[in-house]
Amino acid sequence: MSRPVPKQADVSLVKMVLTLTLAGLLSGLALAAVYEATLPRIKENQRRALRRAVFEVVPGAADMKRMVVSNDRLTEAPEESEEAGIYAATNESGEIIGYAIPGRGIGFQDFIDLLFGYDPKSGNLTGMQILESRETPGLGDKIFKDADFVAEFRELAAKPEVVLVPNGTGAAPNEVDAITGATISSRAVVKIINEASREWLPLIEGG
Amino acid sequence: MAKDSSQAYAEFAKGLWKENPVFVQVLGMCPMLAVTNSAINALAMGGATMFVLLGSSLLISLLRNVIPKQVRISTYIIVIATFVTLADFTLKAFAPALHKELGAFISLIVVNCLILGRQEAFASRNTVGMALADAMGMSAGFLFALFCLGSAREIVGNGSFFGFPLFGPNYEPWVIMVLPPGGFIMLGLILLLFGAIKQARAKRPSETARKAA
Repeated sequence: MSRPVPKQADVSLVKMVLTLTLAGLLSGLALAAVYEATLPRIKENQRRALRRAVFEVVPGAADMKRMVVSNDRLTEAPEESEEAGIYAATNESGEIIGYAIPGRGIGFQDFIDLLFGYDPKSGNLTGMQILESRETPGLGDKIFKDADFVAEFRELAAKPEVVLVPNGTGAAPNEVDAITGATISSRAVVKIINEASREWLPLIEGG
Repeated sequence: MAKDSSQAYAEFAKGLWKENPVFVQVLGMCPMLAVTNSAINALAMGGATMFVLLGSSLLISLLRNVIPKQVRISTYIIVIATFVTLADFTLKAFAPALHKELGAFISLIVVNCLILGRQEAFASRNTVGMALADAMGMSAGFLFALFCLGSAREIVGNGSFFGFPLFGPNYEPWVIMVLPPGGFIMLGLILLLFGAIKQARAKRPSETARKAA
């Protein structure tokens, strides 16, 4: 606006198209190169984070394998399968000592992704970890920052289902004390666990 | 040569204070408000922005005579977006925890008006050296501003600095300060403070001048 527009007759359409094409091409090349270079590391990071979470919710686990459903039975997942599945945690001698089950559901602000451990022998939950959440800092984020709340999910009866009760009133083995000031987030965690349990526990016990 | 280096220094220094992108130009408010809930997040965002601004300014001042004027903005956007995605991948590979905290705001550096603004206003009209000095100064100024806001919000809102608790277990943090409204409140306070400092500095030389007269 302030400067007079110079005469541009000499700049042909071809040059403009060429510039943008070239820019796009070079940019694509650079992106592809860096993507390829960082991909193994990114995958490794994700794998390690998942492994850490699985070992956290199933105490005593030494190794894990991914399980998916085929013919209504749980079987070990083939490599690179993208199907929804759960993780069987094994001890040093290869016996399955528990399962880590991922769950996802609506929290207070956004989806909450979590992982919980289940021991088929005792029918108890063995631990819970929030993988991904955007709950309010200082209130809703207590679902993973409040050590007392997280500890409630160790040795918690999974059947008939987990019940959320007001803070300080939990007595039965399947009751969880809600976090004061984060009722919605606590309720969301319990709901996600119950939904995932309904889906997976019969499969675990059936085979 | 001496003139060149003093000019480069001037281009660098103006971004720090006199034309600070945040305190003076009030640019780049989206990351400024969104990711400054802790000092470390603010530093990471400032660092990523610095990388993108330096890379884009370098490339665009190199190519300033090649890019046709009509398609310059689109070309700038392609260049900027490329550097942003590079930063995104790199952070994801080497600092997954930080990447998780900053999330979508790394990709949103593309639309940080500070970066496009420097290309249009400076890098496309100056030599590579000057463009780099300008980019360095502007991004350092931006980093400084992010760091001020991030530290202030973390200290009051969480009672910690770089994650280390400062005030002991009895401190009740002002949670509002790490929530979105706190960003606006603290930014307002900091702009006020810097405005006051600027005014005080502007007054002083005139007083000394009057005394001399």
